[in-house]
Amino acid sequence: MIKVLFFAKLREALGQSELQWPLAAEASVEDVRAALVAEYPQWQEALCASNVLTALNQEVVNAKARVKPGDELAFYPPVTGG
Amino acid sequence: MGSTARLKVQVGAADFDAGEEIRLVQALTDSIGGVASFIGAMRSSNDGRRVDAMSLEHYPGMTEKALGRIVDEAANRWQLLGATVIHRVGEFVPGDQIVLVVTAASHRGEAFAACEFIMDYLKTRAPFWKKERTSEGDFWVEARDSDEQAADRW
Repeated sequence: MIKVLFFAKLREALGQSELQWPLAAEASVEDVRAALVAEYPQWQEALCASNVLTALNQEVVNAKARVKPGDELAFYPPVTGG
Repeated sequence: MGSTARLKVQVGAADFDAGEEIRLVQALTDSIGGVASFIGAMRSSNDGRRVDAMSLEHYPGMTEKALGRIVDEAANRWQLLGATVIHRVGEFVPGDQIVLVVTAASHRGEAFAACEFIMDYLKTRAPFWKKERTSEGDFWVEARDSDEQAADRW
């Protein structure tokens, strides 16, 4: 299993802030995103938007990063703090 | 790490006393020759809309790490002797303070540059998101290209 988190506008669009996702073996961030969209086709537009960022275990990563069971993967829109 | 520099990062709902935070940094060592500070506050309008209130969300855990890394980098690049970053989260109304950055160095140039660098990086790299409650409805604040350009110059 991995923990998947969604924040801000993306969280609202998906109607969910967090889920546990079964991940049996190592996969890329892109693989996980594709698997989520296969399970929830209505997430396609929001989750695959070009400006969606990803963090793996609280570090910014790109789509090729490798996700392992037990990891924490977050999807979120561009940040607007300060 | 900036060797012996005292670097403080705080994220939470509590308000801050900028004067007190500046005094704490200034008192760290008598090697300090300059202290710079910045306060970010909530505006009452944005893109021509009146903003009545704002909520600020973050990614607990990652936020502190990201801010810590930004302050570490600033301390190394400008040989800071001390720095404090406080970023609030939760609900805000116009005039409320949101963020405080205090930097201290031997000379003013380093303190000014580090303070601006920390703000520019914070705005584009730390996982915070603002949602405004306006006269025309609720809107997530969109990231600005100008913020990305400001961060890129460093």
